[in-house]
Amino acid sequence: MDTLTYDARGLVEVDGTAPRVATIDGDRAEFDARDLTTRKINSELRRLVYQEGIRDVTILNPGARHSLAVGILQRCRITIDGSLGYFGLGLIDGPEVHVRGRVGWSACENMMSGVVVVDGNAGSLTAAAIRGGDMIVKGRVGARTGIDQKGGTVIVMGDAGSMTGFMMQRGRQIIVGDVGNGLGDSMYDGTIYVGGKVRSLGVDCVPGEWTEADTEFVERKFAIHELGPVPQLQKFVCGKQLYNYDNLEPSERKLVL
Amino acid sequence: MCGIAGIISRDGEREIGSEMTRMLQSMKHRGPDSTGYALYGPPSEGYVMRVKLADANTPRDYEFDGRMQRHKSEIERRLAQLGATVESITDATDYAFEAHFAYDGDLKALADRVEDVAGVEVLSLGHSLQIVKDLGDAETVSSQYKLDKLGGTHAIGHVRMATESDVDISGAHPYWAYPFSDIAVVHNGQLTNYHQWKRRLERSGHRFQSECDSEIIAVYLAEKMAEGADLEGAMRDSLDELDGVFTYICVTEDALGMAKDELAAKPLVLYEADDLVALASEEIAIRAVVDREIDTYDPFEGEVMVWTR
Repeated sequence: MDTLTYDARGLVEVDGTAPRVATIDGDRAEFDARDLTTRKINSELRRLVYQEGIRDVTILNPGARHSLAVGILQRCRITIDGSLGYFGLGLIDGPEVHVRGRVGWSACENMMSGVVVVDGNAGSLTAAAIRGGDMIVKGRVGARTGIDQKGGTVIVMGDAGSMTGFMMQRGRQIIVGDVGNGLGDSMYDGTIYVGGKVRSLGVDCVPGEWTEADTEFVERKFAIHELGPVPQLQKFVCGKQLYNYDNLEPSERKLVL
Repeated sequence: MCGIAGIISRDGEREIGSEMTRMLQSMKHRGPDSTGYALYGPPSEGYVMRVKLADANTPRDYEFDGRMQRHKSEIERRLAQLGATVESITDATDYAFEAHFAYDGDLKALADRVEDVAGVEVLSLGHSLQIVKDLGDAETVSSQYKLDKLGGTHAIGHVRMATESDVDISGAHPYWAYPFSDIAVVHNGQLTNYHQWKRRLERSGHRFQSECDSEIIAVYLAEKMAEGADLEGAMRDSLDELDGVFTYICVTEDALGMAKDELAAKPLVLYEADDLVALASEEIAIRAVVDREIDTYDPFEGEVMVWTR
């Protein structure tokens, strides 16, 4: 492990220089993260993607460290050979990521586009506030999956915890297993498909009518990501009973009155 | 924020002292104020009691050392008076010590009598439980109290970021479930009906040494178990009766359990294998003990799980 240096205030000294430890083979690169700090791992990844123009990077031994592979705004392929801690893969726009392990809380937060596939389980707040892209978790997820989701698709092959789809505004979720209490609580819009049992629905979340478009969407996603046969799913949408919007600006309201 | 960790061996003794230190040190960023351990060594016939005579940040006046000495002798005298046969007393620091003794009377009477000496707190009392807590990170506390060589079957630990009460040993976890032998708790979160429960439990004769909300859980569980509930039952009741956000780990002489509230607002990562079960606020702490890729998951909201050694 690198020795950390501290500045006069006792804060860790910022050293953003990449360690240049990766082995580069044409368009592919690989490096071992075991002895690197979080900052060094991210610096090395950014160097490879942005400076060297590598489009296929493998990170070995991530060791469940937090905040890895954050803010990559480039189409590329990233393979994480192990588990991530909290806040992994946040703010990404473009990469296709494969995590061969588990992710902790707040994985993939605010993703704009791209594909993230997690082989193991995920913690709570998975895919919070994503705006686009697909996030697929092969295992189970914790609570509040896709909270504040504004687009994109979240697919969970296992069970999900409580408040799944809390306050979601757009986008879709497919939960193949069971879900906990408060499914789709206070959702504004969007669609949640559930394969298993729903322990309870949240405020203003109601069963929706299944259409041809739903079948087409689910089958397409399962086919693209090779997730096997499509299970029997139930659809949930917003009941729009909490909508109390006044669409007029104050000045316009005066005119109407 | 705080970080909690627990480990229980399923095939005999491990070096839990050093393992818990590694787990807690890796979570130092979750709470640098104080670190605490509840370690279960091999059970003995007699009792082991951990006592602090003063807090780590009690002002060191000119008379401090003399006072500590006097208070220690007074505790020895009181133990003898209650019929306890003291086998050994070992100093851990200049304000904390460990006593081994044989005793067959009422534990509450003994704890109350010892704590009646000014400034004294019984940190733990039991046949195998030893609670060690002090200011600083895990490595500091571990080297101060020489925990590296300590073997045992299960342990819990806590790194504290003080939010609800002072940075001192009284506010540090784990909490012993006074006056019940061998029960301890670590907690991450906030309890919002703390004052109600504190008043209720005080009326039924329990004492509270700190202003820390987490102390409630230990005493609450102990009271439930004294009423006849088993550990799992008591923990399930706590999910209904305690308000707030919490994830806590409770240990008894032969079991370790976790409970997570309905909101699931505080994290816990769980690893179960044939030889051990390890759980912590972050996977990075479990990796400090099991240094390879492992399959872990987060228990769901409202879940209670118990493992026995």
